[in-house]
Amino acid sequence: MSDYTVAKTLDCKGLACPMPIVRLSQEIAKIKVGEVIEMFTTDPGSLADVPSWAKSTGNAVLENKQESGVIHFFVKRQK
Amino acid sequence: MDIEKELADIKAKLEAMPGKENKLSMVIFSGDLDKQIAALIIATGAAAMGMKVVLFYTFWGTSALRDPAKKVNGKSFMGKMFGFMLPKGRNKLKLSQMHMAGMGTAMLKDLMKKKNVASLDQLFEAAGMLGVQINICQMSMDLMDLKREEMIDYPHLNVCGVATFLNDAKESAIQLFI
Repeated sequence: MSDYTVAKTLDCKGLACPMPIVRLSQEIAKIKVGEVIEMFTTDPGSLADVPSWAKSTGNAVLENKQESGVIHFFVKRQK
Repeated sequence: MDIEKELADIKAKLEAMPGKENKLSMVIFSGDLDKQIAALIIATGAAAMGMKVVLFYTFWGTSALRDPAKKVNGKSFMGKMFGFMLPKGRNKLKLSQMHMAGMGTAMLKDLMKKKNVASLDQLFEAAGMLGVQINICQMSMDLMDLKREEMIDYPHLNVCGVATFLNDAKESAIQLFI
């Protein structure tokens, strides 16, 4: 198990497209460049969408893992 | 050959190249609920991806921007008829299919709530927060006798014409028509 210093936790469980990336874009603006935000989703589409969002915005998904229907992302603010 | 002049030339050409901005322009022509939901999901998604977003509401699409709580006087007879026949705001829009005298639309809204899909109200709120620009077609408003005063309160709302849309579209990396 990897350990990151998580600056912020974002709970998007139950939310459907496009709300997880809408919330992520708003919340990541509140942390500093280099810090990591931890995010929980249950929308299977977010498995593809969060990395696409990161690619397009120039941020990085450090890791994602799935535990009993919940997807757990670590996203690093790079810009 | 003067290299510096050549470089300046290329620079000027690049500057004038269409689609250079990280921007989405969308025409929202349809007044169907399903299409309007799709348009707002794409718009808020694009804004979240860091894109500038401009929505150009025209023809049947403009009904979604009416505020049911606002009333204006001084409309022509035809204007009053249009006002009566057109949906009064985004929550009165109908599905393009399976409307079934309102049953289908009500069922879909119920289903969206159960599955936690954002409603048009929530999508408009998100769009406002993300800075999505809404432009309304002046000509459509004139034609249907819709007044600026009966439109919704939205932080980034403008009335304009086709030239503004074309200018936005030309600069945009993505253009869509719904």
